[in-house]
Amino acid sequence: MQLAAKRKLINQVALTLSLFAMAFGLFWLIWILFTTLQLGVSGLSYTLFTQMTPPPGATSGGLANAIVGSLIMVGLATVIGTPIGIMAGVFLAEYGAGSWLAHATRFINDILLSAPSIVIGLFVYAFYVSQAGNFSGGAGVVALALIVVPVVVRTTENMLLLVPNSLREAAFALGAQHFQVITLVTLKASRAGIMTGVLLAVARIAGETAPLLFTALSNQFWSVDLGKPMANLPVTIFKFAMSPFEDWQRLAWAGVFLITVGVLVLNILARVFFKSETPK
Amino acid sequence: MPKDDVPKAAPPEPIVNSVPQDAAALARGQGANSVESAAMSDSTRLAPPKLTNWVFENLTRLFAFLTFLVLAGIVISLIYASWPTLQKFGVKFLWTSEWNPPMEQFGALIPVYGTLVTSIIALIIAVPVSFGIAMFLTELSPSWLKRPLGIAIELLAAIPSIVYGMWGLLVFAPIFGKYIQPVLSASLGKIPVIGALFSGPALGIGLLSAGIILAIMIIPFIASVMRDVFEVTPTMLKESAYALGCTTWEVEWNVVLPYTKVGVTGGIMLGLGRALGETMAVTFVIGNTNFLSGASLFMPGNSITSALANEFAEAGQGLHTSALMELGLVLFIITFLVLAFSKLLLMKLRVGEGSRT
Repeated sequence: MQLAAKRKLINQVALTLSLFAMAFGLFWLIWILFTTLQLGVSGLSYTLFTQMTPPPGATSGGLANAIVGSLIMVGLATVIGTPIGIMAGVFLAEYGAGSWLAHATRFINDILLSAPSIVIGLFVYAFYVSQAGNFSGGAGVVALALIVVPVVVRTTENMLLLVPNSLREAAFALGAQHFQVITLVTLKASRAGIMTGVLLAVARIAGETAPLLFTALSNQFWSVDLGKPMANLPVTIFKFAMSPFEDWQRLAWAGVFLITVGVLVLNILARVFFKSETPK
Repeated sequence: MPKDDVPKAAPPEPIVNSVPQDAAALARGQGANSVESAAMSDSTRLAPPKLTNWVFENLTRLFAFLTFLVLAGIVISLIYASWPTLQKFGVKFLWTSEWNPPMEQFGALIPVYGTLVTSIIALIIAVPVSFGIAMFLTELSPSWLKRPLGIAIELLAAIPSIVYGMWGLLVFAPIFGKYIQPVLSASLGKIPVIGALFSGPALGIGLLSAGIILAIMIIPFIASVMRDVFEVTPTMLKESAYALGCTTWEVEWNVVLPYTKVGVTGGIMLGLGRALGETMAVTFVIGNTNFLSGASLFMPGNSITSALANEFAEAGQGLHTSALMELGLVLFIITFLVLAFSKLLLMKLRVGEGSRT
């Protein structure tokens, strides 16, 4: 009987600890979101979207140039990275399947997917920025696109593999060429999943800071020239949060609020979208 | 899959019945390739546009090959950029601790130490917590709560690292230094040997705080892999154990965990890979100093990533930039090995029993 009681006790302790672990995880999520909301909302004002980032000591100012710079770079990186990722994903799922190139690509892609983004930044610095001679928005776009590609490759392949083979066979039987089967049938059938992947990739690069430090750097002034350093939200937040000026920190919190809300909305959108488009 | 898409998605009739319509359909769908396909269908009537097919296939192959080029590019460019320091300091770079840009003396010991220590702290905290979360989600949670709780944990992974960093520096560190660190040094600090780790001034920032923030960041990665592999454990195995009278904990610890150990290790390695390469969250709270004084985890330090983030913009061309590039190379090699190991384990799992994606 004693043994049974001991086992029961251990079981109860373990289950309680498991409950605590869950609470521990949620605790941080709620705390971080609460702080961001509380400090971010108090920093919000319409000047955030109309004024440029202020010089040290100035009492007014906004994040207009940083917001626009981030939108430009994230937008361009998505536009460049998505087709490359989809094409490579098509190769993995439809053409290469068992070939050595597909196996190796899949392996390397999964490593690039989790590789430190700071290394991507160093790479782009070495082959682009140091050759061009200055930091530039274009280099930032390249770095972010390199982060988008592996995410899109992975989701495209996974989603194409979910398409039932009978669909492909039906199209082939009607005389379609392989590329027609892919573009007109399988890619269309899996577009919801691929869109979800793209949305998640956008959410991921929206908050990336490390690669931009070595590529786009930052710019205190308004600039939409891809050949020059370009202001962006993450690097501006980094600079302002580390500063001793209270006004800068207030702006940084407002920036953090914008990024967090944007990223969470994208994530939730992606899930809702995926769920509604693909009934299981 | 969207079954209702099928009729729209497969318009095969024009392909078979009439070539002109076929060409028109291709022109709409194919953009640049349409010229070739139109030309083909003109000359050979019913013959399908083989050239477009060939071009398309090899285009996808080219982009798949691009992945190789990126990997090769990363390795080559990092080695090339760090060549001056590689030549000057050799392997000694890895275990000398002096980091003195004006004197052009560079050793990676302190950043490498900081990276390893913070990642180990993160794993010590994150692995048990993730196990608890995965167990809760697969065994305990009522089914209506599983999805929302799972999403909540995944959202923790979606929060950008700069948010963790800023929150860590301005919110977490002051509270940690004021309330938690004194308690730690009063309790754990009294124990011989490990006590040295928890002594010194309560600054709030430092190696320990960085490790804790990293732990919060990698919990969702490890927990979601663990949850996924726990879910593929055959129900029959678990039910057999229950039938023998096992408690929930005994089933989890003696049946599920041994069955999924390969996947669990893969998940932990994935988390470690993340922790090693994390930049912003660490840079904000680690303290950024290149001097190591004693074993205390309360002291500020430096990691590979924080050294890069802080010093790169100010480093002049020459040895300083080169030394920072070599730090990046060291980081890439370490994370590559860890991630490759993780990937191999998860692949072995996929071949053996069920998959996790």
